[in-house]
Amino acid sequence: MRVLIVIGASVLALAAYGVASADPIKVGVVLPYSGVNADLGNQIDKAFDLYVKLHAKELAPYQVELVKRDEGPPSGANAKTVVTELITNDKVKILTGFVFSPAAIAVAPVVTQAKIPMVIANAGTAWITNLSPYIVRLSFSMWHPAYPMGTYAAEKLGCHTAAIGYTDFPPGKDSSEAFRTGFEKAGGKVVDSIPMGNPAQVPDFTPLFQRVKDEKPDCFYVFIPSGAHAAGVVKTYGELGMRQAGVKLIGPLDVIPDNKLQDMGDAALGTIVMGHYASDLDNPANKEFVKDWYETYSANTAPDFMSAAGWDTMAAIFAVIKKLDGNLDDGEKVVAALKGWSFNGPRGLIRIDPNTRDVIEDERAEEVIRKPDGKLGVKILGVIPQVKDECKELKIGRCGS
Amino acid sequence: MGIGVSPTANIIISILFDGLAYAMFLFIVSVGLSVTLGLMGFVNLAHGAFAMAGGYFVLSATRSWGVPFLLALPVAFLVVGAVSIVFERVLYSRLYKATELDQVLLTIGLAFISIASFTYLYGPIPQSIHLPDYLNGQINIGFRTFPVYRAFMIVVGVILISGLWYGFERTKIGAKIRAAVDNRRMAQSIGINVDRLFTLTFAVGSGLAALGGGLSIELLGLTPSFAIIYLVFFLLVVAVGGLGSFKGTLVAALVLGIFDTAGKYLYADAGGFFIYAVAVLVLLVKPAGLYGRE
Repeated sequence: MRVLIVIGASVLALAAYGVASADPIKVGVVLPYSGVNADLGNQIDKAFDLYVKLHAKELAPYQVELVKRDEGPPSGANAKTVVTELITNDKVKILTGFVFSPAAIAVAPVVTQAKIPMVIANAGTAWITNLSPYIVRLSFSMWHPAYPMGTYAAEKLGCHTAAIGYTDFPPGKDSSEAFRTGFEKAGGKVVDSIPMGNPAQVPDFTPLFQRVKDEKPDCFYVFIPSGAHAAGVVKTYGELGMRQAGVKLIGPLDVIPDNKLQDMGDAALGTIVMGHYASDLDNPANKEFVKDWYETYSANTAPDFMSAAGWDTMAAIFAVIKKLDGNLDDGEKVVAALKGWSFNGPRGLIRIDPNTRDVIEDERAEEVIRKPDGKLGVKILGVIPQVKDECKELKIGRCGS
Repeated sequence: MGIGVSPTANIIISILFDGLAYAMFLFIVSVGLSVTLGLMGFVNLAHGAFAMAGGYFVLSATRSWGVPFLLALPVAFLVVGAVSIVFERVLYSRLYKATELDQVLLTIGLAFISIASFTYLYGPIPQSIHLPDYLNGQINIGFRTFPVYRAFMIVVGVILISGLWYGFERTKIGAKIRAAVDNRRMAQSIGINVDRLFTLTFAVGSGLAALGGGLSIELLGLTPSFAIIYLVFFLLVVAVGGLGSFKGTLVAALVLGIFDTAGKYLYADAGGFFIYAVAVLVLLVKPAGLYGRE
């Protein structure tokens, strides 16, 4: 009996000690840190670190620890392994990151089984959020920009015909489907739809673009996974003289990421994209974000749309830690706390749609111009406020399930 | 479009032109790999790393040191060629008699080390190059326009092919290389120093790869994973052409480059599949490659 009491007392003492010492809350971060797309992981990683650096104090008495793992290639082959390790070995309470849709898709069943919330900071295939009740997305669905871009191209840019070029993996198909739906509804006609290789390799775009040039559509909608592909797209478009031939280049923000824009030169001028961010965006939260970014990182690393979404993602994680008093043990409560959460971040007002767990954000039509200081920048042509993921609203394909 | 040129002719011209430019890139990068494989049977998977090194050299030279692009290319050839001799003497030469697995392990290891090193030096961000103005824009030849840079690649390719053909077929060193590829032991027994010959061809091959790397930045961009991701294409050209054959590499580069371009242009849905289909067909009929020895 006495022995039992001693054991009981020790257990209590240990438990009390555990609470008092307040171990940091572990956040699993899964981003591509290697390979051709390491650049994309880098843009989000910097935003995460910056947010933690500037806001860690506000979280007291709680602390976060980012446990970073390599998402690996776009196929998602590595993501499932590292997420399983993060959950079982590192005991993370919440997962974030995920640049590539295949990675997020591969991980979905794991988080469902482990009941660990997963806050997506980029991966944009629309139906990903339907794969698990533990997924919340802070970035965007491919439909957020592509669907309104279809309408905008037909109604405002005077495009009667369009060709589509997309990188051949889930978000590429999604983006092209979204554009087509919006464009055809508004009376446009899609003359060609071209898969342009896989995301791991930048192809020689020339024969594909030459084909489009010879087809003479009014608009050429391109989706590629940002980064190295974007530079290739704009370069080839310029080299082939497609603008002079009357073919407008349009797309989502991936075509002109802020950190590549200056390198693109004159070929990018006149490109029109639909998206939620631009580092020139004129709102107080963004001004401060951009200023902090340049104070922390070197002057030749601009934040881009991925960084902006990364910033908001970390803000959401901090908000939920505060709301739940540092106790993230119940994944369902975490997801419930995030539903309806709203925030004024670098891209303006965002909300989490309680029905779909996907973000609601403003979309802006942006045209690339040369600014008075000689640098390239964008001019906002129009704003479509508080856009929902139209794929889930219209219940198209896998978005309906 | 077309004063007197039908749309079909226009498409064919377009495919031939773009395909030719792509083929020149494939040839320049692959020819060194082919000769070293044919000569020593050495499986050099780090060949792409030398191409990448050339790319980064041209990048730094033009961007930071103010060297004109046209000068940076031959300098990249010389510098990377010279550096490759060090690698060849210190590392490669130890494994000439080793098994293919050992050679693959060494060279794939070198490729990974190069990826990590260039990531450390230049970061993972894809780099692009600022070309001189005279290489930008289009040439108008009346009925259609061509990108200047592609035309430039074709010109460089033709110059290199002529030079290499002359060196390979008409000089004494070329004759020695051909002799050594055909029958190494016989070549050695008549007094040809095959080891030294190999060092020389290795350096020239790596230098050419570097030149190809420099030329390709405009086409494909440049990231530290260049060393691995395009290796498949180089190996494909070598396998289809036949090991050690100059003519084979040229024909294979032309066939693959033009078919790839035609496939992408005409049947965009099947896209990048064509280059592999052609390779499989050729190898089914001629397992040793177009000009390889059975």
